[in-house]
Amino acid sequence: MNRIIETTQLSDDVFKLIVDAPLIAEERKPGQFIILQIHDDGERIPLTIADGNSKKGTITLIFQAVGRSTHMLANFKVGDEIAHLLGPLGTPTHIEKFGHVVCVGGGIGVAPMHPIAQGMKVAGNKVTIIMGARNKELMVLEDEMRTIADDLIICTDDGSHGRKCLVTEPLKELCENDPKPDLAVAIGPPIMMKFCAETTRPYEVHTLVSLNTIMIDGTGMCGGCRVSVGGKTKFVCVDGPEFDGHKVDFDNMMLRLGAYKKREADDHHKCHIELGIDWTADKG
Amino acid sequence: MNDEAKKQLANIDSREEPLKPKDRIAIPTQEMPTQDPIERGKDFTEVATGYTAEQAQLESIRCLQCKTAPCIAGCPVGINIPGFLKAASEGNFEKSVQIIKESSLLPAICGRVCPQETQCQEPCTVGKALKDVEQAVSIGRVERYVADLERDNGIVTPAVKSKTGKKVAVIGSGPAGLVVAADVRREGHDVTILEAFHKPGGVMVYGIPEFRLPKAIVQTEIDTLIAMGVELKTDFVVGRTRKLKDLIEKDGYDAVFVATGAGLPRFMNIEGENLVGVFSANEYLTRANLMKAYDRENADTPIIQSRKVAVLGGGNVAMDSARTALRLGAEEVHIVYRRTEKEMPARVEEVHHAQEEGIVFHLLENAKSILGDDQGLVTGMECLRYELGAPDESGRRRPVVIEGSEFIMDVDTVIVAIGNDSNPLIKQTTPEIECNKWGNIIVDDTGKTSMDCVYAGGDIVLGAATVILAMGEGRRAAASINALLA
Ligand SMILES: Cc1cc2nc3c(=O)[nH]c(=O)nc-3n(C[C@H](O)[C@H](O)[C@H](O)COP(=O)(O)OP(=O)(O)OC[C@H]3O[C@@H](n4cnc5c(N)ncnc54)[C@H](O)[C@@H]3O)c2cc1C
Ligand SMILES: Cc1cc2nc3c(=O)[nH]c(=O)nc-3n(C[C@H](O)[C@H](O)[C@H](O)COP(=O)(O)OP(=O)(O)OC[C@H]3O[C@@H](n4cnc5c(N)ncnc54)[C@H](O)[C@@H]3O)c2cc1C
Ligand code: SF4
Ligand code: SF4
Ligand code: FES
Repeated sequence: MNRIIETTQLSDDVFKLIVDAPLIAEERKPGQFIILQIHDDGERIPLTIADGNSKKGTITLIFQAVGRSTHMLANFKVGDEIAHLLGPLGTPTHIEKFGHVVCVGGGIGVAPMHPIAQGMKVAGNKVTIIMGARNKELMVLEDEMRTIADDLIICTDDGSHGRKCLVTEPLKELCENDPKPDLAVAIGPPIMMKFCAETTRPYEVHTLVSLNTIMIDGTGMCGGCRVSVGGKTKFVCVDGPEFDGHKVDFDNMMLRLGAYKKREADDHHKCHIELGIDWTADKG
Repeated sequence: MNDEAKKQLANIDSREEPLKPKDRIAIPTQEMPTQDPIERGKDFTEVATGYTAEQAQLESIRCLQCKTAPCIAGCPVGINIPGFLKAASEGNFEKSVQIIKESSLLPAICGRVCPQETQCQEPCTVGKALKDVEQAVSIGRVERYVADLERDNGIVTPAVKSKTGKKVAVIGSGPAGLVVAADVRREGHDVTILEAFHKPGGVMVYGIPEFRLPKAIVQTEIDTLIAMGVELKTDFVVGRTRKLKDLIEKDGYDAVFVATGAGLPRFMNIEGENLVGVFSANEYLTRANLMKAYDRENADTPIIQSRKVAVLGGGNVAMDSARTALRLGAEEVHIVYRRTEKEMPARVEEVHHAQEEGIVFHLLENAKSILGDDQGLVTGMECLRYELGAPDESGRRRPVVIEGSEFIMDVDTVIVAIGNDSNPLIKQTTPEIECNKWGNIIVDDTGKTSMDCVYAGGDIVLGAATVILAMGEGRRAAASINALLA
């Protein structure tokens, strides 16, 4: 169980794994995630199920090497086993025919967006996909997204690919159109999701975001993943991971994500040296 | 302590006439040997080190063998207490543990964590005669001694009847789940335990700390189950990895026992509760115990390095959190509880241990809000003082705020230990199962839920309760399941 079937390096520090997990492959739905541990006492890290194949009994994980565990995971080879893999967790995305859905994926957030965009398309929606990254090298899953999208908009911070802008710019343009989109889904770094929500707010376009808080158990037991949504405390692992972006207190969430930053920054540096990954290519 | 016990035993042996009740009552309670309070605050080794053989025997001799045995009624699983104490008083510890095991499957655990002073020891005649429950026969300590001795000698794997071809799934591997697995397996049915975490044991491994309940003891119980042929699947969350209904309809289980515990932490809903440095007790204890964060150098899972810690609450969970924080190197640890020590739900022994270790108790105080800096880090806690007013429905005097009594406590970490609600996952994913308004699964007096072939027990039924009650519920449901499959 949990054997690695395939590994691919998608960009400097983004990796793709195909893992043998028949039970999860059978049950998983868009928007859900898994929690894995590299070894018996390893940290429990949540990763979205980016794709899956119930016939082959496999799931796809796409992750960025940011700290100790994800760096170790990046070193896994075909045939290695992940000690523990739990899932599928979280409430699946609510998918139906809304009309026009805009999917905004920032950086690694494109990975969790993939199954959602797929689901929205299958449900009969017109799907516009906006993908953003710092530069061309960091853009992942472009081909996969192109096959789903009715319209694909690429943005990079440095203009090395597509438009030179932030993802919020085309999002704003779409909101100004008549008719405006029926739904927006934004997944990426918290700061990006925050600004996507701010962009759509004046246009009253309902906006879903998928939160990547710190987690431990993933079953609602510890409360470590809690966020404030509309003034109420919610647990991302069971109530989420998707929430109404207009109601999420992103500032508090970002503070909580930074709780162990000092230690992680040290690990990141150490891991990059050990892994031989070019430190300068990653701005963390 | 042991020399004194030896001397007394020799005296008793050399007597001509048998001991009279008043002689027995005159024997002093055998104190539990413990590590030095200051030294033990530095590591996670077990605080109470356990009786010696002589102490266990002498303590058992204190039992008057009352005809009515009021102690039995105080034990939730009705252990034959005078019976096992008699065997121990004769030095026959093996027989003693066998008598206990007729009713309880986890004596080494219950002997350590049962709230004896409100259960078996509360009605004990010796304690009543001496007008002090702490002078009652130390039933739990003897129970622990004989169970530990059995384990040290190597537990004999219980016999399993021949294969019936029936399959039972047990959801959750806390005390309720473990006893059902044992009782059902003994009848020859195949048993699979499905556990969400990567390690079995429930609260006994992720909540109750090592210094109170060594994990090796829980592991022995699990090893015994495995030796009996019970299958254990970890990393399996029922409701998500598989729906409960599918276990029956697709996977062919003939019965299911739900023992998912009370794992949803309550918060105070006060300002500042989502700041960095505010934890639920569950998160703090899980990081420290299950994820081994106390091993700072080697653990992958980090835990915050605290200077001054406030723990909100007065139960066992609060004591465990406070004492864990101390062991993780906090300079000061404060327990903040809005009633008085008398109302504290924690075991008396745990409160004493916490006080000995230097934990500061703030009674009749409670948090009003938590203060933070611009980094979102906790910098202090605003508290209010209380006084006791008229009794409420529970009979406890209700704490009433003293207006204008606000003051600031200097802390950088706050641990919220004010209780747990039931784990909602099964309820959310299994509409067929009926729950009450608090989310506890409703069962009839055989332990059966509203769903055919599905039973439940432990904290998911009782709300946050105790190990022994969870075990008792498990035994009842196991009997019903065995009857169903017979
Ligand atoms: C429901 C859920 C789904 C997730 N899905 C994915 C996924 O599909 N792919 C993926 O790469 N990551 C995903 N994440 C994030 C992922 O879990 C973390 O990156 C991972 O736990 C890091 O582990 P680590 O030990 O390597 O790093 P740690 O040592 O734990 O350090 C990680 C730190 O890096 C920062 N960080 C991590 N992720 C991000 C991010 N996306 N944006 C900005 N800062 C970040 C945060 O400060 C975080 O605390 C998901 C998180 C959640 C809660
Ligand atoms: C810190 C602390 C200290 C305590 N101290 C004492 C004490 O001194 N004395 C005492 O008697 N009691 C004490 N208790 C209470 C006692 O531990 C509980 O009453 C008892 O463990 C309940 O047992 P249970 O079998 O119902 O569930 P639990 O022990 O809670 O076990 C439930 C298990 O089910 C698993 N699970 C949950 N949902 C799922 C799912 N959907 N699929 C698969 N698995 C699932 C969980 O991961 C867990 O392992 C304490 C509790 C805590 C938290
Ligand atoms: S199981 Fe608990 S209540 Fe029963 S006799 Fe033992 S210590 Fe007392
Ligand atoms: S009540 Fe006390 S003295 Fe009497 S039988 Fe029970 S343990 Fe012994
Ligand atoms: S991760 Fe523990 S409650 Fe969500």
